[in-house]
Amino acid sequence: MPLIRPTRRAVVARAGALAGLAAVGLMTPARAEGLAPTPTMRGGANNYRPGAPLVDRIGGGGFLMTGTVRRAGDGTPLPGRRIQVWAHTTEGHERDAASHGATLSREDGTFQMDMPQIVPAFGQPHGHLAYDAEYDDGAFATVFLRPVMARVDDKTLHVDFVLAPV
Amino acid sequence: MIRNLLIWGTVAIVLIWPMAVAATSPLLAWRDSIYIAAGLSGVFGLALMTVQPLLARGVLPGLDGLHGRRWHRWGGALLLLTVALHIGGLWLTSPPDVIDALTLRSPTPFSVWGVIALWALGLAGTGALVRDRMPPRVWRRVHLAATTVAVTTTVIHAMLIVGTMGTWSKVALSGAALLALGHALYHSRIGWRRGR
Repeated sequence: MPLIRPTRRAVVARAGALAGLAAVGLMTPARAEGLAPTPTMRGGANNYRPGAPLVDRIGGGGFLMTGTVRRAGDGTPLPGRRIQVWAHTTEGHERDAASHGATLSREDGTFQMDMPQIVPAFGQPHGHLAYDAEYDDGAFATVFLRPVMARVDDKTLHVDFVLAPV
Repeated sequence: MIRNLLIWGTVAIVLIWPMAVAATSPLLAWRDSIYIAAGLSGVFGLALMTVQPLLARGVLPGLDGLHGRRWHRWGGALLLLTVALHIGGLWLTSPPDVIDALTLRSPTPFSVWGVIALWALGLAGTGALVRDRMPPRVWRRVHLAATTVAVTTTVIHAMLIVGTMGTWSKVALSGAALLALGHALYHSRIGWRRGR
């Protein structure tokens, strides 16, 4: 005679828990695998300046561009990736060299750029960001972004890069 | 006399107020003169579009009939020049943005409306150059259809833009442009009330 005689309720509960665990176990990697690469936005590359210098801040600063750089698929943070930022700001037009600056993502994949306040130009208050494979080790595909600010008086803008391995 | 003053006063306000608001926008502090001129050209173009149907219909006091239509031709030429300045100035300010717009690849919907308006105005304007070779009935239909598209798409173009125009003056000018267009359509020989 078995020492343990599970009731029907216990069996259902354990089976359910097991199924749940299995589902979580199956789903977690599936979800990470599915982290899709960020597509280049239309108009994102407009007024881009290849090789804009690495800077601590653009102009006098006061507006904070923040973001993350991760690898598509597993979402691993990517440090040391060069991101160029530019916009029409209180200190200059998009095409001006002084409106451009680049920074490197940190160990945790985040980056930020202190820059002058973005002001509406060409119909929308918007920024531009670039990850250019030409200025990197070529392990990831180039991405150009053109995020639009939700409000004109926003003092910050956040952008996520998910890069596709080449 | 008072009626005439009221009509011309309203026309003057519709023309000057939106221009005055745009010309004193805080955004101008961060734009160079070419970009500022390009933007103001756009505002002035919409104001001209408001006056053009009134001139064509000859409803402005002192500019009735043939007088009105003669001014309408000059107004049309000025409008095309204004559009050229608008697009040329934007081109100098940010060439890739204008190329995107003209090739319909722009991320901003308002530029598509602007380009539709550009083509419609071009059709209305170039049509005027060859109208002598067209039957009057055909010419009226083409011109009226093209300008109807131009005015409505320009209004949509303007309303979608976050720029130097003030919200209220933009709404007022857009409304005035649509009213003037509607008036001309209503009274046109191919409209609902033929020949009136």
